[in-house]
Amino acid sequence: MRVVLALIAALLFSASAFAVQPGEVLKDPALERRAREISAGLRCLVCQNQSIDDSDAQLAKDLRLLVRERLVAGDTDDQVENFLVQRYGEFVLLKPTFGSHTLLLWLTPALILILGGIGAYAALRRRPQPASASLDDEERTALENLLKRDQSA
Amino acid sequence: MLVEAGHFALALALGLSLIQFLVPLWGARANDPVLMAVAPTSALAVFACIAFSFLALTFAYLNSDFSVLNVVQNSHSAKPLIYKISGVWGNHEGSMLLWVLILALFGAVVALSRNSVPMRLQANTLAVQAAVTIAFLLFILTTSNPFTRVVPAAVEGQDLNPLLQDPGLAIHPPLLYIGYVGFSISFAFACAALIDGRIDAVWARIVRPWTLGAWAFLTLGIAMGSYWAYYELGWGGWWFWDPVENASLMPWLAGTALMHSTVVMEKRDALKVWTILLAILTFSLSLLGTFLVRSGVLTSVHSFAVDPERGTFILGILILFIGGSLALFAWRAPMLKQGGLFAPVSREGALVVNNLFLATACATVFIGTLYPLALEVLTGEKISVGAPFFNFTFLPLIVPLLLLLPLGQTLAWKRGNFLGTAQRLYAVFGISLLATIVMFAFTYGGPVAAPLGVGLGLYLVLGSINEIVTRSWSKGTPLAVAWRKARGLPRSAWGTSIAHAGVGLTVIGIAATAWGVEAIGSLKPGERLKGGDYEVRLERVIPRVEANYREEAALLTVFGSGREVGTVETMKRLYLTRGMPTTEAGILTVGLGQVYASIGDAQPDGSVGVRLYHKPLVLLIWIGSLVMAIGGGISLTDRRLRIGAPVPAKTMPPHAVPAE
Repeated sequence: MRVVLALIAALLFSASAFAVQPGEVLKDPALERRAREISAGLRCLVCQNQSIDDSDAQLAKDLRLLVRERLVAGDTDDQVENFLVQRYGEFVLLKPTFGSHTLLLWLTPALILILGGIGAYAALRRRPQPASASLDDEERTALENLLKRDQSA
Repeated sequence: MLVEAGHFALALALGLSLIQFLVPLWGARANDPVLMAVAPTSALAVFACIAFSFLALTFAYLNSDFSVLNVVQNSHSAKPLIYKISGVWGNHEGSMLLWVLILALFGAVVALSRNSVPMRLQANTLAVQAAVTIAFLLFILTTSNPFTRVVPAAVEGQDLNPLLQDPGLAIHPPLLYIGYVGFSISFAFACAALIDGRIDAVWARIVRPWTLGAWAFLTLGIAMGSYWAYYELGWGGWWFWDPVENASLMPWLAGTALMHSTVVMEKRDALKVWTILLAILTFSLSLLGTFLVRSGVLTSVHSFAVDPERGTFILGILILFIGGSLALFAWRAPMLKQGGLFAPVSREGALVVNNLFLATACATVFIGTLYPLALEVLTGEKISVGAPFFNFTFLPLIVPLLLLLPLGQTLAWKRGNFLGTAQRLYAVFGISLLATIVMFAFTYGGPVAAPLGVGLGLYLVLGSINEIVTRSWSKGTPLAVAWRKARGLPRSAWGTSIAHAGVGLTVIGIAATAWGVEAIGSLKPGERLKGGDYEVRLERVIPRVEANYREEAALLTVFGSGREVGTVETMKRLYLTRGMPTTEAGILTVGLGQVYASIGDAQPDGSVGVRLYHKPLVLLIWIGSLVMAIGGGISLTDRRLRIGAPVPAKTMPPHAVPAE
């Protein structure tokens, strides 16, 4: 299965697999950290499921620089993301927004967990419960008799 | 000549599979032992034919027979021997041939386990297996023939993709396929049980080793792929939530659930219908994985539409088997009798919770992988679902499961006591909590997730140790006696504890990545780059020429807290035949952590880009996976599960429960 990933990777990393170049790094470490975080959530549009932080494509490099440019200009993280979404569409976000078109995507995990839980509980309740684990009086005397016999032996 | 013989053997195998499918099925219906006995014989014959065919292709690779198209496209005479062999499955056609080879091999093993599998079950199972074999043989023969000749023969091959010329990736596909295809046996047994309309604990005992074995191999295969991505792709990531990875993760999650539900079925004769359904779903997901990877649908919906022949064929196989088996399930499952009662708080109950969370996690990966495709096909809208989505949805499902794991493992069967169980684990809770707090204090200001995750992993490891200790030792027991008792515990108990401890180790490794540091810089020889506690000095850059590639190797000296701890070499390679560059990371293992360096492009001023990481405890991710697989293997050696071992009469259930 990896084989295909490798083939895809081979096509994409026509340069070396070395995403963020030394020249791109911002002087301010806090700003750079924010840039990296935002980059990890943005798709390299010409790549197969890669963030711009991981990709070597020229477009990814341009986008990384763009993100840093906006951050230096004083944008918040959200503003940077919105800017890119306006320019490239929602496709650029690796985590899609919650909306009518992604309702099923976002709700499936919770739905399955809840419905599955209810289903399992109902199935369990429908069936008779095992008899109580404690002994009734008759069994208790029988047991005591057995134990006594054991001790006396 | 041998190549044509290989092709012919494949066609013969198709004919024999038809016999293996039809005759035993009829025999089982007519209750004719002679007809049923055709199943094992034909299964062995099918295996022999496919094995011959596979060897013929391997031989063509070894001899660099460039009159075979497949060899021309994926081999080169100067390639090292191991990659000539792995080249056989390093391409579409060959990997499908490997797929059916493993399928037929497993069929042959089922055929040979005559003594432990009842005849009717064996006949039906092998018939279902034959149906799968037929479908895939047809696929290979009509759309993906590896034996196609090329006239005139080429002088030299086009070489194997350089990324695949790696020992890790040479054995990755076989491991993964053994896992995928191993689940086909569980699937075939499930369908056989449905066809027959009866299922009991004996069924579970026969199926469990197959599930365990397939699961262990799939675990190894995924771990191997992950480690390969880590050292080969050059930026130190180990899991990318790539659809191709998800394709193998889905059957793994479903298979993990199946493995646990089979335990309930075997021990308590409960969860039968669910176990059957899971067996069907697990193999369906294996098929889906094959479809996703082999059809090209992932690269783009459009590329699939442009060259739809193979994709449509596998899609057909997918629909036939998933649809068919689910229809069979819907028709027959209501006839299966439910057995084994249990209270909600019990080992069975805990395993139901385990299955619920694993199934949901699996569904999450499923929808995340396929939703963008479906949305694009239906509305034309394009969205991306990547790592941030999966991390956000997957973790909240896995963490509660892991928190409950040691509790579930300790709960009694049938009816458990939650408080009593928690008390048995108080030392485990205490130590893990204390460790987490201490880690917090020492890494104050660092990432919060790391100490929490490492604490969770520790809790899992300790919980597993606690399970073995409390089962063999109580206050006042001399150590020698406890040791004897511990050794006397069933292998499956050891296997369970070891595998669960493996999960803990992997969790620790994953959590500790948050403590990793990264540094990027451009260095000239003699200059240094510091990342966390480690520092590298670029010594020199050496150009080299090898048989099938050219490379520039950067020699780096690694310093840890001022002292020299070793050297690493990281390369940029250019494979000449394909003109394709790759990166080879330089990795220095320090304890369980690694110092990881890779080089990038040369800068105009004569320096080279260097990326340096320190990844503490990172090896635990894969060591943990290995321990999980070993746990599975140890469980497999449990007396009860040994394939072919005679089953003492007294452990047989009084009678099989008929459906009606």
